[in-house]
Amino acid sequence: MFPFCFEWIWDISHGIFFGGLWYAVAILGAGMTYCIVKAAIDTMNDNGESDH
Amino acid sequence: MDSALIPEGAKRCSFPKFTIGIAIVGAVVLWGVYAMFLCWFKGLNQTNMNDYYGFALWIWADLAVIAVGGGAFFTGLLRYIFNVDELKNIINFAVIIGFICYSSALLILAIDIGQPLRGWFIFWHANVHSMLTEVAFCLSCYFAVLTIEFIPNILENRQANKVPFFHHLAHNMHGVMAVFAATGAFLSFFHQGSLGGVAGVMFGRPFAVREGLLIWPWTFFLFTWSAAAFGPSFTLLVTRITEAVTGKKLVKDNVIHLLAKISGWMITTYIIAKIIDTIYWTYVTIPSLGFKISHFYTNNSFYGYWILITEIIVCGLVPGLLLINKSTRENPNTRLLAIVLGVIGVCLNRWVMVLQIMAVPVMSFDTWALYIPSWQEMATSILPIAYGVILISLAYRYLPVFPQELELNQPKADQ
Repeated sequence: MFPFCFEWIWDISHGIFFGGLWYAVAILGAGMTYCIVKAAIDTMNDNGESDH
Repeated sequence: MDSALIPEGAKRCSFPKFTIGIAIVGAVVLWGVYAMFLCWFKGLNQTNMNDYYGFALWIWADLAVIAVGGGAFFTGLLRYIFNVDELKNIINFAVIIGFICYSSALLILAIDIGQPLRGWFIFWHANVHSMLTEVAFCLSCYFAVLTIEFIPNILENRQANKVPFFHHLAHNMHGVMAVFAATGAFLSFFHQGSLGGVAGVMFGRPFAVREGLLIWPWTFFLFTWSAAAFGPSFTLLVTRITEAVTGKKLVKDNVIHLLAKISGWMITTYIIAKIIDTIYWTYVTIPSLGFKISHFYTNNSFYGYWILITEIIVCGLVPGLLLINKSTRENPNTRLLAIVLGVIGVCLNRWVMVLQIMAVPVMSFDTWALYIPSWQEMATSILPIAYGVILISLAYRYLPVFPQELELNQPKADQ
């Protein structure tokens, strides 16, 4: 649910529940975006490090 | 036939033998899937759930797999946040076990809600006063974390890793894995806890209700603690089973001993807290609600004091002490006994907190309500085990799951 949905209420419960959910989703999304974009750049530059 | 996909230098059984094994387990999966579709198409009348048992075998199976799957978040926390380097040799397998457990939990919930097409309602029409909403949020997000943690291992497959983009992606994901592991630990703390919290806040059921800290009953903390304690034991147990099936040593003893020691101390401290909680509940909580402890363990044909003693002493205190004692921890037989007892103990705890709660009479005119699940419920609860066996078999065959495997089996590999 997003704040622009008609069911949304600006109260502490919605803030905590959905704040936590979006916080976690944002971290995962940002982390994966970083990895994918960097992998694409690394592939184009082909500066691969062979071990991890 | 599939040798190009098998990790370089690793010995695996022939493809036909592997296929036969998968087919046998696959038959069990099909049985479970058949029962699952019965529940979806004919409805929840396929189960033996009733007005007493709105939470039944599935929810026990759900809580049990989530508890034993706790090895993934706790091992990840130790490996990536506390930099316990030895655990890098077992973290891949812990993640795979966690992935299986959490995907199974979500599958069980998809069956349990009856209409899985409406599963997204919990995100869109969320009841923001329910601990179960928090569980659903955290469970879904943590499954995403486990998928992310599993992806690099898949990309390290011999053929996939030849693709430059996949190679770089796996490398980059390893680089930021600490962020994902920390997020996973955060999510796990809350959903493991809230599963316990659900029981602890049921003030209408004296068997479950507990005092606590602020809005969190003590069961919130006990559930998180027990998952972190017994989860690594389950990882060790599945590792031992995999070693027995493959006939190979897959993880060095020092790693096993370390994880067993950590699990042992966690179990021991947990069980001390659990004993204190039980004593307080017996002498303060229950009398304040007008009951005696005998009300919960007598006058029925199944739930006696044996279940309390088995959970706390036999499957709690004993495995904890066996694992913190160096000589019993390093003895393979006593270690195996301890981790088996531990896994039974945490599953028994979840049984008590889901099913015994429902069975205990609450009103003065009530009687004990015992429950036997239908075959459809049993089949769908066994389904995750068969699915787990197949996924572990595929992962072991095609992915570099155990970094020490080649080193530990060098003489055989040379033959």
